[in-house]
Amino acid sequence: MSFFRVDGVSLQFGGLKAVDNVSFAVNEGEIFTIIGPNGAGKTSIFNLISRLYDPSAGHLYFGDRDITALPAHTIAKMGIARTFQNIELFENATLLANLLVGRHCHTRTRLWQELLFLPTVKRAERQHRAKVEEVIDLLELQAYREKIISGLPYGVRKVTELARALCSEPKLILLDEPSSGLNVEETDDMSFWIRDIKNELGITVLMVEHDMTLVNRVSDRVLALNYGRVLASGTPAEVQSHPDVIAAYLGT
Amino acid sequence: MQFFFKTTYDQDLRLIQHRGQLIAYLLLLGALAAAPLLLSSYLQSQFVFVFIYAIVGVALMILTGFTGQGSLGHAAFLAIGAYTTAYLQSKGVPFAGAGLFALDLNLPWLGPGKLWLPHLGYFLWAGLLTGIIGAIVGFPALRLHGIYLLIATISFAFIVEEILARWESVTHGNEGLRVRALQAWGVEIPTNQVSFYYLCLAVLVLVIIGTLNLMRSPTGRAFIAIRDSETAAKSMGIDIAAYKVKSFAISAAITGLAGSLYAHKLSFISPEMFTLLLSIEFVMVIIIGGAIGLHGAVLGAIFIVMVDPLLTWVKDDVPSLAAGIANVLGLGAGRAQALEQSLNSIASAAGLKGAIYGVIIMLFILFEPMGLYGRWLKIKLFFQLFPLYKRASFKRQKTYVKTERNR
Repeated sequence: MSFFRVDGVSLQFGGLKAVDNVSFAVNEGEIFTIIGPNGAGKTSIFNLISRLYDPSAGHLYFGDRDITALPAHTIAKMGIARTFQNIELFENATLLANLLVGRHCHTRTRLWQELLFLPTVKRAERQHRAKVEEVIDLLELQAYREKIISGLPYGVRKVTELARALCSEPKLILLDEPSSGLNVEETDDMSFWIRDIKNELGITVLMVEHDMTLVNRVSDRVLALNYGRVLASGTPAEVQSHPDVIAAYLGT
Repeated sequence: MQFFFKTTYDQDLRLIQHRGQLIAYLLLLGALAAAPLLLSSYLQSQFVFVFIYAIVGVALMILTGFTGQGSLGHAAFLAIGAYTTAYLQSKGVPFAGAGLFALDLNLPWLGPGKLWLPHLGYFLWAGLLTGIIGAIVGFPALRLHGIYLLIATISFAFIVEEILARWESVTHGNEGLRVRALQAWGVEIPTNQVSFYYLCLAVLVLVIIGTLNLMRSPTGRAFIAIRDSETAAKSMGIDIAAYKVKSFAISAAITGLAGSLYAHKLSFISPEMFTLLLSIEFVMVIIIGGAIGLHGAVLGAIFIVMVDPLLTWVKDDVPSLAAGIANVLGLGAGRAQALEQSLNSIASAAGLKGAIYGVIIMLFILFEPMGLYGRWLKIKLFFQLFPLYKRASFKRQKTYVKTERNR
């Protein structure tokens, strides 16, 4: 039994097969990267895992549980968090509020308790805050706590996405192009953080990425995708030297 | 520029952040408590309307401002609260209390019977029943966005208006219902008395505190998350359906409480008082006040309630005033009279109020999208930063990447 397994999954939009019978397995504690040219179906796979799309065939297993038919909002509670390629933050709220939303799947308080703000709510809020502060310290976001997201620079927002996902204390984190739009230094930071997430927090990482230097630096295994189909999988070096992958990127 | 240094995380959990705020709100509360001693009975009555509109404004702020779901059906929620009050009062239910009471029902498919209900007093029943109906209205809202949701809530309001006009055994149809003076805890609280003013003020303060508590808890953050990005909210484990229904229910329940006070204030209710125009007034409350915080609901309520006497004054006095000025400027008595007549006919035209409301909404959306409260924040910042205020301080950064949004 593997940690996370995608088993023969397909996704069809009308006549277009965005994902075509893709299978792979992620082991606990590794960094697994999906690469592929634009439109290869990478983000579609992420949307399938976070249950925003329904697969037209196949199954997804998290541990021994089949998560194929679960509603989207239960995925976070199971321990799968994600970031978005095009930044889906809560624009008109503070960074702190954004991160606290990441704690939502650990909410235990009831509506009537919250209306009165009973001591139980206060205790729970304190605990959420403590966890959020840990993440803020890890990702060095202290300076932006009280800032509204819509006024923050792109790089900070990108890190905030990662922070929000970490706040839910996931077992598996899905990173959708964590380095897109970042400059060289920011990409460097990101690669350190991704390794910290794996080594220090013990979170398994499933990542979609274009930047091959980042991929080579952090990934344990790589899966190459084109036109929704698996081209190759293995260590970064193996996949990069695979003739089909070279053909897909450079043309024949 | 003032800085508030934070030394514990608990400071962020407090309802009131610093001493200046506490002093300001205590002063405001003191002024409002002392106001009836100084004000004329007309102004006191206007204040009561401000309180009631502000309660509805807070309710609509939760739904529209915080959860991002529009509604043009809040007049219907107000009506349900008002009619629950009038009906239960006529059955001898007190304003507040505890125990059980029997309701004689004659349902078409069950025959006559008695329904025993816990006796919360009709005030809480008005809120509870409206809240339940609000939750039911919330369900279709799960599949509707933006303008389609508005249309659905308008149709809900029309349905309620129609039911109120036709269900004569309960509502007396278009004849309307009389609401007797409020009696609670063995004391009579007539609507024109100071005690009713304090009751409305107390309800408003409690509603605001409850809402603030909600907004600093997970539920409030979930509302804001749904407003800003449903996709991300879903991925963070927020059950969108449940929270939208909650938002509708809470908003409706608060409006129901306001409806109960409204019924007492007017002491007579009929279906034509709860029209689309009233719903639009409520939306104006939050647009003009600024849909960015609870301050907006209160400021908007003050504006809406006070704009009515202003319009009446304009209607009554401006034509003759204009004619007088024209006469003085040497236009001649005949032409001044003609001017007065034409101004009078414009002022008495039907639908003028609606048109003026429309113009006000448009001007606010175009030039002051953050409303009166936003203007107040800008003025405050101007003085805090004094000579360094930038005109772009409140401009939102434009984001161009909005592709691949899956709702």
